[in-house]
Amino acid sequence: MKKEILKLRGVKVHFPVQAGVFNRVVGHVLAVDGVDLDIFRGEVLGLAGESGCGKTTLGKAILRLVEPTDGEVKYISKDDNETELTSLEKKDMDPFRKKLQIVFQDPHSSLNPSFTIFGSLQDPLKKFGIKSKEERRKIIGDLLEAVNMRREYMDRYPHEFSGGQRQRIGIVRALCLEPELIVCDEAVSALDVSIQAQVLKLLMQLKKEKNLTYLFITHDLSVTEYLCDRIAVMYLGRIVELCDSEDLYNNTLHPYSEALISAIPVADLDKQTKRIVLEGDVPSPVNPPKGCPFHPRCPKATDICKTEVPTLKKYSTNGNEHYASCHLIDLPEIS
Amino acid sequence: MAKSSLDKKFDQIRKREEEKTFSTKKRSRIVNKFLNNRLAVLGLIIFTIIILASIFAPLLSPYDPMRVDLRSMRQPPSFDHWFGTDSTGRDVFTRVLFGGRVSIFIGLGSAILSAVVGIAVGCYAGYKGGWIDVIALRISEIFMSFPQIILVLLLVSITGQSLFNLMAIFILTGWGGMYRLARARMLSLREEEYVQALRSFGLSTFTICYKHMLPNALSPIMVNITLSTAMFILTEAGLSFLGLGVPLNIPTWGNILNVAQDILILQNYWWMWGPVGIVISVFVLCVNFIGDGLRDSTDPSQQG
Ligand SMILES: Nc1ncnc2c1ncn2[C@@H]1O[C@H](COP(=O)(O)OP(=O)(O)OP(=O)(O)O)[C@@H](O)[C@H]1O
Ligand code: SF4
Ligand SMILES: [Mg+2]
Repeated sequence: MKKEILKLRGVKVHFPVQAGVFNRVVGHVLAVDGVDLDIFRGEVLGLAGESGCGKTTLGKAILRLVEPTDGEVKYISKDDNETELTSLEKKDMDPFRKKLQIVFQDPHSSLNPSFTIFGSLQDPLKKFGIKSKEERRKIIGDLLEAVNMRREYMDRYPHEFSGGQRQRIGIVRALCLEPELIVCDEAVSALDVSIQAQVLKLLMQLKKEKNLTYLFITHDLSVTEYLCDRIAVMYLGRIVELCDSEDLYNNTLHPYSEALISAIPVADLDKQTKRIVLEGDVPSPVNPPKGCPFHPRCPKATDICKTEVPTLKKYSTNGNEHYASCHLIDLPEIS
Repeated sequence: MAKSSLDKKFDQIRKREEEKTFSTKKRSRIVNKFLNNRLAVLGLIIFTIIILASIFAPLLSPYDPMRVDLRSMRQPPSFDHWFGTDSTGRDVFTRVLFGGRVSIFIGLGSAILSAVVGIAVGCYAGYKGGWIDVIALRISEIFMSFPQIILVLLLVSITGQSLFNLMAIFILTGWGGMYRLARARMLSLREEEYVQALRSFGLSTFTICYKHMLPNALSPIMVNITLSTAMFILTEAGLSFLGLGVPLNIPTWGNILNVAQDILILQNYWWMWGPVGIVISVFVLCVNFIGDGLRDSTDPSQQG
């Protein structure tokens, strides 16, 4: 039986847009606009979508690095205790900060240039009760070895490391309090392809060893198929399709996912499908289009798409649950 | 157990990493760059000499800077009196040394104290944002828009001239610049991912902004401290020359220069104001060279 670790219900993150001399609020960026999502223990959930669709913001909202404007983030512990995170006081959040961690995208800004690796990693350990310095050094040293680096590296400064090494140090940081869920925010996008593969393998290896759950954010659907158990596709702050990763590629339901998948370069010539080119840019999340947010760019759009907002409905493909939000799906909806 | 191909690959990478000679520490790179800047080094040397000479003034000069000696009034420079004597027979060289103590103390002290105030407020407000930031910003604008000279006149007429008042005024008018600098740095630093990572551990605001972020904001602040030191020394000299600065009985560079108000002295006794004027200029120039050198060597966009 699959058990949830996180349940998101109606999560919204709206950033105020200020203008003028008095910084009046003239509108809101609807970065995340009503996301319902369950993440199961031990799975790798991919979160895909174009740049600016709110993936990072959603990841940060889970950790409360940005405060959600609305909605609930529930954490379910191993013994089935449910806690709503967004309404917690700052200090009550601490036990959950241990469980939820994040690996960032940019290896150049992810480490503090003024501190050695040990220097910048030791404060979190101290805060969470590891009082002796020897113990802290041991934990960090062991983790460095777990990501195939040498213990001694903990006394070096970030500028002495390459991008791939820095990213592995970022992984060490995320692992140092033995978390249960790690948000990998485009953790490999900034690296060379060969190094990407190594870091990805390392992540998967660590997942197995430490029973981790990943929320794997990416804008590149070509890597997700092999890594992720399920994939959620986001567009303008909403989830438009959510299903097992195989089904996303073989039984695509949403036109936006189709377009993303067709953009993946294929090596096999016979398999080459027609590429669907999306016209125009992602609309501004300040004024999302009426009706289906995707309709100005959707090749299949009809009149109903311009007026009515499609909701995320449950279907079944291949015997698996498959969620999608589009008016033109002719599968029976299941409840 | 056989090693997986992944392990082997990592071993190879590791070997390559070890072979690579790691670049020298960041600190020494900054020092090296600073030392390559000849003007900055020259500035630092002269700066150090002047400061040491002021500190060890009693060892360098047999005279008392305050003692009136009516037998040797207005003597031109000689072997006994290197910079000559003034209208009451005090040795000018000794007064320049002792005056340096007070002037440098005022300049450096005001610069450092206003930096401390500016950084303390700016780091917190810049990192936290919100109403604290808005209020601090407005207050700094009020102080910065006040002409210094009017503040000085105000305070002098209320509380009288004193060294303490002068420094208080310098700090009041000076912290705003430092605050803005620190704030601006923090605004850009707080989006850095390592800050987000620290926040994801729930570390306290104080630990994050003063311990982890501040070191990365320091280099422009250091540059600004040197430049403000120079500015404060000049302002002190200017105010004291006008008789508004430090009380006249305390020797400072500005107070020594004060005698040049007298047209007779200005025309006939160049040694009473000339050497001290040169010392002020040289010192300020040196401090500026040091500031430029610091800026160039810590500027990350010019790392060579
Ligand atoms: N602090 C903020 N203030 C205002 N707007 C923001 C803020 N952070 C993000 N946004 C806006 O929210 C939207 C979503 O941003 P987000 O970074 O989550 O996108 P993303 O999907 O992660 O994109 P990318 O693939 O480029 O990382 C963007 O339009 C962005 O401009
Ligand atoms: S609802 Fe209409 S516009 Fe939206 S994705 Fe489906 S077909 Fe396209
Ligand atoms: Mg992002």
